[in-house]
Amino acid sequence: MAAQPLVHGPRKAADLLLRDVHVLDPRARLDARRDVRVRAGEVAELGEPGTLAQEPEEELMEGRGHHLFPAFFDPHVHLRTPGQEHKEDLDTGTRAAAAGGFAAVLAMPNTDPVLDSAPLLRSLRETAARESRISVGFMPGITRGLQGEQLTEMAELRQEGAVGFTDDGKPVTSAGMLRKALQYQRLCGGVIALHEEDPTLSRGGCIHEGAVSAALGIGGIPTISESTMVARDAAIAGYEDARVHFQHLSCAASVEAVAEAKASGVRASTEVSPHHLLLTEEYVRGMDTRMKMNPPLATEADRRALIEGLRTGTIDCVATDHAPHAREEKEVPFEQAPMGTTGLETAFAALYTGLVLPGVIELRLLIERMTAGAALYELPTHTIAVGEPANLTLLDLDAEFVAGERGWESRSENCCFAGRKLRGRVLLTLSGGGVVYRERAFSVVGA
Amino acid sequence: MNHLLSIRDLDRGTIERIVAQAERFAEVSDREIKKVPALRGRMVLNLFYEASTRTRSSFELAAKRLSADVVNFAASGSSVEKGESLKDTVLTLSAHKPDAIVLRTPWAGASELVSNWCSAAIVNAGDGKREHPTQALLDVYTLKGRLGELDGASIWIVGDVAHSRVARSDIVAFQRMGAKVTVAGPPTLIPRGIEALGCDVRFTLQELPSADVVYALRMQNERMDDTWVPSIREYAAWYQVNGRRLSPRQVLMHPGPVNRGVELSGEVVDSPQAVITAQVEAGVVVRMAVLYELLAGARAPAPAPSASPSPASPEPQPA
Repeated sequence: MAAQPLVHGPRKAADLLLRDVHVLDPRARLDARRDVRVRAGEVAELGEPGTLAQEPEEELMEGRGHHLFPAFFDPHVHLRTPGQEHKEDLDTGTRAAAAGGFAAVLAMPNTDPVLDSAPLLRSLRETAARESRISVGFMPGITRGLQGEQLTEMAELRQEGAVGFTDDGKPVTSAGMLRKALQYQRLCGGVIALHEEDPTLSRGGCIHEGAVSAALGIGGIPTISESTMVARDAAIAGYEDARVHFQHLSCAASVEAVAEAKASGVRASTEVSPHHLLLTEEYVRGMDTRMKMNPPLATEADRRALIEGLRTGTIDCVATDHAPHAREEKEVPFEQAPMGTTGLETAFAALYTGLVLPGVIELRLLIERMTAGAALYELPTHTIAVGEPANLTLLDLDAEFVAGERGWESRSENCCFAGRKLRGRVLLTLSGGGVVYRERAFSVVGA
Repeated sequence: MNHLLSIRDLDRGTIERIVAQAERFAEVSDREIKKVPALRGRMVLNLFYEASTRTRSSFELAAKRLSADVVNFAASGSSVEKGESLKDTVLTLSAHKPDAIVLRTPWAGASELVSNWCSAAIVNAGDGKREHPTQALLDVYTLKGRLGELDGASIWIVGDVAHSRVARSDIVAFQRMGAKVTVAGPPTLIPRGIEALGCDVRFTLQELPSADVVYALRMQNERMDDTWVPSIREYAAWYQVNGRRLSPRQVLMHPGPVNRGVELSGEVVDSPQAVITAQVEAGVVVRMAVLYELLAGARAPAPAPSASPSPASPEPQPA
């Protein structure tokens, strides 16, 4: 029998009464103030505010109308383990996730060594079962060493608990190679997630090709590098009736390609990052290496198309692409710096401040899209309902803070939102029934 | 002015002030003893991460004519080859308390970074393919010598604009001085979005006769490996500035070193319209003016060691 795809570190099942919280769970059609009882790590009772009484051995938290959401799910993070623990490890990475209100994440395989074999996956899952604060799933490579030449032992990896497969960080350049992986999916299942980039178009580039790259003399990556690969791979997936997921869409042309693919019945899903929803190439003008990521920040028109895609559902979910790098790696001239920004600790607040507060999207849509990733990967969706395991996050939507002012839970600090004034502070996160994050200043009443 | 990082930081008035100062220094170069004591006791550090003969020697001469002490630090054969980061190299060299650091690197924005890490005045002597502001200043100086004012002049920059930091600085500087700039070259070497800098774009030299100034860029042989153009032969056939394409009233410029027979034919290099050697001469006086502007003007002489705060209090955050 195949292993459970998600692993969770040790935690104590919570007994908790959250009194008078505003529960918002779009799927459960819940948008009201409630008392919420968590008993032995499960949601045990939902009552009208002020109706549930504290039981012995139960911690009481006054919610004061703060918002309780199903905890977020991030299908795309880099936990850098094994091999790059100076950037992040399973403990720091999942601590950052918990602090951002996430109860589950999927880790990418571009580690050192690459996660591409069953023994390595087993050992990593054992480590996660000791160290991880929240649920973690692992996505091994589609190809060995992410080299694009030979399939990994996908069936064995699935038995060992692989959630799906990806060569993230790199595209599967060869159409023939990708086709074989999609055919093999019939045997082993598992979503194939694709980082879309045509290296013959992106080579030599490290920012979006346009006015900013022209002005800075820094090599540009044209949006067609991504969109043509999305279109190509959607066609291959359609032909093989395979299940694919397009990672971190960054431009209008890709959104169009995905919309067309979905309309023609291709079993495709897709994600977008907070930074692509909120930032553009203009932020790169100052050559701040925290603004250097792959795919690169594109134009305002692209950003608007991504927001529209998120709204219409062409884009299924939000993914941070949390990509930690050490200070000395990022504190170099722009062209030398590695690609990536951290994102777990700022995702909700950045999107809430940047999109919900100005009225661009509704809060319920944001919550839906920040929890939708689980179902795409055939994993249980976090829900606030009696009998469900407690995967919850409590936020003070009015609390304003400067991102990074109190430091980071992540081992790295390369966050593109650092220094921004954000609203929406995570006070508490429960994952798998246990309290995994508690905001330091959040006072507990009646404990 | 605390640093010279980008030509964008200079308004027309500042450019004119530097050019006027350079004109005064030009007189020094004609003296028997080519030296003034303006920067005596100041130290200028040339930190070069790229091979450069003319720019480095031009800065060295400029500093010496102002009586400054000059230290040259080349990345090859140094701690850089042992893996020292730009930051650590700068912090280490800052311990010698240079008043100015002249920095040439293959990386865009490196001079901005360095300016955050030390207290010296930073002069960007070329950062990747982004900028070369002193080249733009000396080009303005040279052109003013030829044309008087640049207002209304039509300047064509011809060739490999994509890989040229000279082009990026000149496009901005020439326009600040009132000129109209057109870039022309093969479509593969004109970066998408360059028109956002305010210039016109042409892919042929058909309208070249309308130019008052023709500024040819160096066509680097290594570009051939990446098939930016099919061959040097075809490039020359379409874009070489030669006697057939250049009219006698036009001024011809080039940042050097010239590939004779590629971007320029031999006869135009040797013609009286070419101001290429005047540009080299201008390099020294303009760089004197830049160093003078940075070190002699606003900045007080280095305080006594006891009174000075920690000379290099590096910002831990990247810029």
